[in-house]
Formats: sequence, C-alpha cells, structure tokens
Amino acid sequence: MKPAEFYQRDRSWHPPALTPPYKTSVARSPRYAPISLENTPSEITGPRFGHSDIDPLDNDLLRNYAQAGESPIGERIIVHGRVLDENARPVPNTLVEVWQANAGGRYRHKKDTYLAPIDPNFGGCGRTLTDAEGYYYFRTVKPGAYPWRNGINDWRPAHIHASVFGSGFAQRLITQLYFEGDPLIARCPIVQTVPDPAAIDMLTAKLDMNATIPLDTIAYRFDIVLRGRRSTLFENKLEGN
Amino acid sequence: MSNDPKYLKETPSQTAGPYVHIGLAPGAAGFDIYREELGWDIAGPNAAGARIHVEGVVIDGTGAPVKDVLLEAWQANAQGVYAHPESAGEVEEGFRGWGRVITDFATGEWGFDTVKPGPTPGRHGQMQAPHINLWIVARGINLGLNTRLYFDDEDNTADPVLNTIEWEHRRATLIAKRTGSTYRFDIRLQGAGETVFFDI
Repeated sequence: MKPAEFYQRDRSWHPPALTPPYKTSVARSPRYAPISLENTPSEITGPRFGHSDIDPLDNDLLRNYAQAGESPIGERIIVHGRVLDENARPVPNTLVEVWQANAGGRYRHKKDTYLAPIDPNFGGCGRTLTDAEGYYYFRTVKPGAYPWRNGINDWRPAHIHASVFGSGFAQRLITQLYFEGDPLIARCPIVQTVPDPAAIDMLTAKLDMNATIPLDTIAYRFDIVLRGRRSTLFENKLEGN
Repeated sequence: MSNDPKYLKETPSQTAGPYVHIGLAPGAAGFDIYREELGWDIAGPNAAGARIHVEGVVIDGTGAPVKDVLLEAWQANAQGVYAHPESAGEVEEGFRGWGRVITDFATGEWGFDTVKPGPTPGRHGQMQAPHINLWIVARGINLGLNTRLYFDDEDNTADPVLNTIEWEHRRATLIAKRTGSTYRFDIRLQGAGETVFFDI
C-alpha cells in the first residue's frame, strides 16, 4: 500500500479560531470558514532536517546557554517522549523545537517586561531530531508560572512551547506542554481554548519516575501525535494517471 | 480483542504566543545561542530561476499590523520540484524551499528573498500555478493558518485550488502584486478582504 493524503484534521479537537476568553484571539481569528483542500504534493511534502542542522548540545537547556561550570536556577527536569502519527507509527528524524520561561517565569525576549529576573545561565530554547523510533528528549529547568494581561489576574500555568514538523507541511504543529497536577491549568484561558478535557490531558506531561535520574533530575513524559496518512487500497489519483 | 480501529488523536494545537521567536528565531528575541538558526536561506546560492523578494504585513481585524507574527514558507524550485523524496525530480544543492519569516517589531512588515517557484503537479494530473505555501502563527492564533501566495504575473486561471474557491472575488486575496522583482502580499486575518485560508 502506498501512503496518500493526510487524514482530515479534526478541527473540533483543536481550539476554534475565535475563543473570546482568550482576548487576543478576537481580532486575530478569521471569520470565514477555511476552505477544505484535498492534499496535493504541496501539502504532502515538507522541509526535512538533518544532524548537520543542529548541534548535540542543542537539546540540553541546562548547558546550552550556561557559562562554563554554571547552571540555570530551578528544578532540573527531563522532558521526553515519542513523536507518533495518528496510525501510532513513530515519526523519525523530525525536528522538535522548544522554548520556555526560566524558573522564575521570565522569558529571555526583548518584549518580556515581567519583573522576575533573567537567569544569566538560561537561554530558554532547545531543538533536537527524533531518532528512528520517534524518540526525543530535552533536559531543562521547570519553567515558572507568570502573569499575563488577559484578565488582570490571569496566570499561565508552567508550560513549555513545542514546535514539530513531521514529513509533510500539513502536519506542521505548534503546541504547549503543561505539567500534571498544576492547579493553573483549569484556570488558564489559553489551555481552555481546547474544548475536550481528553485533549487537554494530551497536553499534560506526566511524572515519569522510571525515567527520573535518582538524586539528579526528575522526568516528565510527553508524547506528541501528528496527523497520519491514508494508505491507498484503491487508487485515489493523488498524482494523476 | 476488539475490531475497533485504533487510531491516536492528533495533539491539539496551542498558540505560538508572543515569544515564539525565542524558540524559532532567538536572534530576533535578542540573543545568540545556536551555531546557525534555521530557515533564513530558502533557495540557496545555486538555485535556478528568477530571484524575487516577497513582502507584506499581516493585518488584524481592527486594521492594525500583527507585529509579533511568524510565518513559514514552503515552495518548489523553479522547475516545480519540492526538496522532498516524494516530489519527482531533484533540487539544486542548497535549495531547501523552506523559510522562516519574522517581522520588524516596530511596523509588522516582513519580507524574504527566494526564487520564483515553477508550476507543480496537483491532483488528477492537473498542474498548479506557481505558488508559495504559507503557515502563519502568532499570539491569538490558536491553530496555525495555512494559505497560498500566487503571482499576479502568472496565468492563474486554470489553477485547481484557486478555482475551488467559490467566491471568485476572494481569490484575489491570494494574488501577490509585482513591482519590479518584489511581490507584495498583505494578509488580512479578519474583516473586509479577509484572506482565504485553507483547511489542508
């Protein structure tokens, strides 16, 4: 069987464009329905990356911006998991990029003015390629919660942003990872743009004691699922003929 | 045993947020961390075809520029070949066809240099007019927006995707306007002249 187009995206599982409790979405959400497009090679292909694009240290946020002999402040964590598709097959050699606030909830960004301090030893971004089984890992510090101007007392739960490619441009995805047990998850207008609690659960990394390194670093598991592709039992003329 | 088909659900999207640059373009966030950031050279030095510049601004429903937006471009080379094993043909060494595009934080203006893509195969043996696929993320955008940029100096009348758009006047929102070697492509998220976005 030959792989064909991607399964239609379940838009009721994703957040809708217009989510008024997340105020910024109001003026940035299209009002017309997106036009459904059967996949062509433009959507099935996508950028590819290799080990020459990144450095081995890029996935270690404890070290990739720290001065020699120093470490960022905060709870040392491992975030690891697999990138799979909807068919539960691993997505190998795909680029995973992450970014986050430091342990105090401050981003290293010229536009972030929160009063918590910058950590001189923490950049806050990392990237890696999944291996042949779709496995990836990062080492970092657990990010802090921080306030944001939505409501006047809205706080983001601790989170790590993640960007994933897959093999086709139609799989492109950006999401956010939250941490099991955080009471701010239920109160966050951005988390709550996701309609289904089971979908929010997919965004919640779970404590993983077996992957934890005793006396060193605590681990959280976060699997990422990208769109899967049909297999053609019958010719659907994707490429003509 | 059960005969229920066992599929996983896609991980739900969340907004890229205002600090997307830290992860995808740290130089723009204000710091230097990687040996090389990704996505700054779409075509490379060896690509054949016309060298062009594409520019624009993303505009929100109030008419203001979206200054913290990030776009990604995905395109074929001048021969209509994508840098991917499922695209028939070869691309020039160094041609990736993929780029990341950030704004001037003061104005929201963005731009990138590339080569003009050629026509690409579509479905059912049809050909697609030259186009650049765009993906748009930002604070306030809950799921990345897909659209396509076409060129006003090409014959787009037979393009099967443009012709899928029932409202003929809306097709114009996908046509970049040429001045010299520059193509202007403003994207309106909402309101009058809302750009056509695709569920791909």
